[in-house]
Amino acid sequence: MKRGEFRTLSIRALWQGLVGRDGGVGNRIVPPTGFTAQLTLFSAAAMAFLAVFALALALATGRLAERWSSELAQSVTVRVSAPDGDQEVLTQSVMQILQTTPGVGQPRLLPDEEVAELLTPWFGPDMPIDALPVPNLIELPIAGPDFDSEGLRLRLEAEAPGAILDDHTQWRRPLVSAAKRLRALGVISLALIAAASAAMITLAAKAALAANGQVIQVLRLIGARDITIAIAFVRRFTHRAAIGAGAGTLLGMGAMALLPDMNAAGGFLTGLGFHGWGWLMPLLIPVVAAVVGFFATKWAALKMLESVR
Amino acid sequence: MIEMQDVSFGYRAGSELLSGMTLSLQPGMFHFLTGPSGSGKTTLLRLCYADLLPNTGRLSVFGQDVVGLSRDGIAMLRRRVGVVHQDTQFLDHLPVAENVALPLSVSGQVVDMAAMRDLLGWVQLAQHARALPPSLSGGERQRAALARAVILSPDVVLADEPTGNLDWDMSMRLMQLLIELNKTGKTVLVATHDLNLIRAVKAQVSARVLRIAGGTLQLAGADL
Repeated sequence: MKRGEFRTLSIRALWQGLVGRDGGVGNRIVPPTGFTAQLTLFSAAAMAFLAVFALALALATGRLAERWSSELAQSVTVRVSAPDGDQEVLTQSVMQILQTTPGVGQPRLLPDEEVAELLTPWFGPDMPIDALPVPNLIELPIAGPDFDSEGLRLRLEAEAPGAILDDHTQWRRPLVSAAKRLRALGVISLALIAAASAAMITLAAKAALAANGQVIQVLRLIGARDITIAIAFVRRFTHRAAIGAGAGTLLGMGAMALLPDMNAAGGFLTGLGFHGWGWLMPLLIPVVAAVVGFFATKWAALKMLESVR
Repeated sequence: MIEMQDVSFGYRAGSELLSGMTLSLQPGMFHFLTGPSGSGKTTLLRLCYADLLPNTGRLSVFGQDVVGLSRDGIAMLRRRVGVVHQDTQFLDHLPVAENVALPLSVSGQVVDMAAMRDLLGWVQLAQHARALPPSLSGGERQRAALARAVILSPDVVLADEPTGNLDWDMSMRLMQLLIELNKTGKTVLVATHDLNLIRAVKAQVSARVLRIAGGTLQLAGADL
């Protein structure tokens, strides 16, 4: 027998066998194997449950990176430092420069109370801010794409020495980088879960096929084509993988829904969940599990059929 | 129908179990294949339904050289050759009726329940239609195997020691069914080492007896 003949187990024919109606004996030629069936269902459910969380992690870190990146990029800060007498004059001068800068909104000089609030974590609530040489802070919203950060920096250096532009790049970059790495970890976790699922379903399918070697032999002896036998096994395992993964996904989604309120806990965990249309994404997991089951069983069936004439 | 020309076969290289086999099954004829245990009767039958391939020589079934057949081609060939295996080969988790109907199911044909009842009635197993194979006696299993072998109305029926584990009465009941089949025009080949059985059948129907001896095939003498 030539190996090329097994190409006749075309994906199209298997798919037709999978979705076609077959409630009769064709669906029952594979004996019910309790342990293997439960193993496949449990593996698929557990992997799908984990996949829901990995997917949530990947989505959350993606949103986090986006949020940090966009929120911090929406404004810049100008610090104005000068000897006591000159600070107010320099600040006014800087405000005028900022008001004529293209691509920005209305600059806002932070009042002393707000500056004190910002410094409270470091100096405590009772520290007299007036006694410190604290620079004036001007918040400048960025309003359009024609804002030139580098141009403004050079202009301030030339026209208002002592005024320093801070566009948050220095500390925004590592945060965004960390968030992107977390997202990559989430995606890698998803890939590993898919690979582990494929391995487990393949093992379960191989075990079932090996246990049913006699069944396959009998079917071949009475004139069953390879595609008929393969469909019977592929159908059984694809359905099991999809059903198990469906249950695991629903459990995982339920667990996600029961996480603490998004705004209550604060910090990173607030984003760990699905939003809006994002709730539809986990529903792809049973589909992926079914596809994995389909190909894993097809491969295992081919291996088994090779040993039977 | 089934033709062998100088066919040889061995399970191990350099050791031939069968050699120089030349055989032509006559359409509509009852054949016996006899010989001592281990002489190669089962092997010869397995060659006939392409479960084994000859090492040398030419074997054609329904005009097709079995060596060149694809896997699907082999499946199609087996639908035209009904086989009663020595160990019956059932799927033990399916009831008798579904086992008997398996050749129809795997070839995508609809099972006609009335015809199925008739078939099970013919082999006197109508009351066991829903029983599982392990609950059947040896004779019942052989009759069920015969029903499965003929459900696709094959051109040839091969039976490998079908009476091996049966008493005389049960053996004769099974042989009567094969004789009835033969009288409807089916070609029948029964492998058996029971010479009394051959004589009893020959008393009822014209049969050709082939004997395997020393790895070669001979036409049996007048004593059979």
